[in-house]
Amino acid sequence: MKKASWVIMALVTVVFVVSWIAKSSSYNGETDNYIAQGFLVTFAAFLTLSIMSFLYKDNPFYKFAEHLFVGISAAFWMCMGFWSTIVGNLIPRLSSSLSEWFKVPYIESDYNIAFYVPVVLGILLLMRLSSKRGWLSRWPLAFIVGTTAGLNFIRYLRSDFIKQISATLVPLVVDWQGVGHFFSTFSLSASGQFVAIVTNWVVFLGVFCGLIYFFFSKEHTGAFGRASRVGIWVLMITFGASFGYTVMGRISLLVGRITFLFKDWLEIIG
Amino acid sequence: MKRQVPLFITFFVGTLLILSVFIPPMENLGENFTLFFDIIAVFAFFLGGGNLLRVHFKKLSKKKRDWQYSIVTICGFFFMLAAGLFKIGNPGDIASSVTAEGSLFQTIYTNMFVPLGSTMYALLGFFVASASYRAFRAKNREATILLIAAFIILLGRTPFGTMLTVWIPDSMSIAQIPNLAIWIMNSFNLAGQRAILIGIGLGVVSMSLRLILGVERTYLGDDSA
Repeated sequence: MKKASWVIMALVTVVFVVSWIAKSSSYNGETDNYIAQGFLVTFAAFLTLSIMSFLYKDNPFYKFAEHLFVGISAAFWMCMGFWSTIVGNLIPRLSSSLSEWFKVPYIESDYNIAFYVPVVLGILLLMRLSSKRGWLSRWPLAFIVGTTAGLNFIRYLRSDFIKQISATLVPLVVDWQGVGHFFSTFSLSASGQFVAIVTNWVVFLGVFCGLIYFFFSKEHTGAFGRASRVGIWVLMITFGASFGYTVMGRISLLVGRITFLFKDWLEIIG
Repeated sequence: MKRQVPLFITFFVGTLLILSVFIPPMENLGENFTLFFDIIAVFAFFLGGGNLLRVHFKKLSKKKRDWQYSIVTICGFFFMLAAGLFKIGNPGDIASSVTAEGSLFQTIYTNMFVPLGSTMYALLGFFVASASYRAFRAKNREATILLIAAFIILLGRTPFGTMLTVWIPDSMSIAQIPNLAIWIMNSFNLAGQRAILIGIGLGVVSMSLRLILGVERTYLGDDSA
């Protein structure tokens, strides 16, 4: 390592220790284990800043945080899966003695010998780690693929196809009480009749033109091409709106981390 | 055995699940198979953990580039695993929740997992902003439409957007930026999303059929495995 790297490392260590001491003393009197609490807040701030340091360039602090995240998250999902699915859903259906050991309620009527099937398939899946018996892991994989295909076939046909089409076929004239009434009450209010009618027209024509854009069996020329062009505009607005929402989501996460740094760690803001 | 059995399993399970929708006595089959799926998924997590350890131990033993960080991954993994599997520091007994307040698992989750995860995602905000600066220049009509829609949605979710158009009377409230943002979400955005969803629906149905009938076999990999 270069001399500059050692200096930075030493500086970060000093800042960390000073922060730990300062945080611990600020928690003194508030909680019994104030030293551990001080360490945890300082370490969380260190990890936050380590990840943010990637904005400058890839560096050892970022690599440390990144590798720690990989290890912790793999174990986190393993533990959550073990306690919620294996202990919570499998054991009460298979074994009374194990249920007693894990102190989960065993219901005799729920006993189902078929639940040995996923256990066997799960063990076969672990064969992937063996170079000789790795092919056996294809059986559970085939079960996963078959289940996903079978369930999604009906689910998507219902929710993404039939329901979406049925929701698009809405009245294009809303709350109609005659031309006179329409013009006498005309307004551009967000909850008004005119806006409701325009919304339904936009949804109907937007979906129609969007689908035309995705239809590639006919050349996009003439009226078909113009409808396809409108479809592109509708899709562009959709992507713009989705982008806006995504950015807002990310910014709110960033605000959360900045608030943590300035409020919980540095205690600059109240 | 290597190819025919998996193809038969996929066909059998897929067909059974589709038939279960049309045959009432088989109704709860879908529910049970979803549970089977979840149980196998947990084993997949174990497989993922095992594979992670294998990769990092190999990197460590061969002293490959950045091998020092593999120690961090392995230590973090075992630390979290021990805290979760043995419920270290849980206030109750083995029956208490693994995420109970005060447990070591919960402490690591709050002070390491959450800061790391949310900062990683927050970091993407910077990259999205930098990428959009380059991509969103109003070079043509489509890019301009996308830019305006994104700008209205962003502005509509901030107090500044409300402040800008608060003077517009209620009879023209659709022109107020927050209302305009909501209207775009409920009209143009809904139409675009719906067109995409219908396409996805058709795609998933045709892909499911290809898998069940054994036309699509890429998930089996090659025979050398």
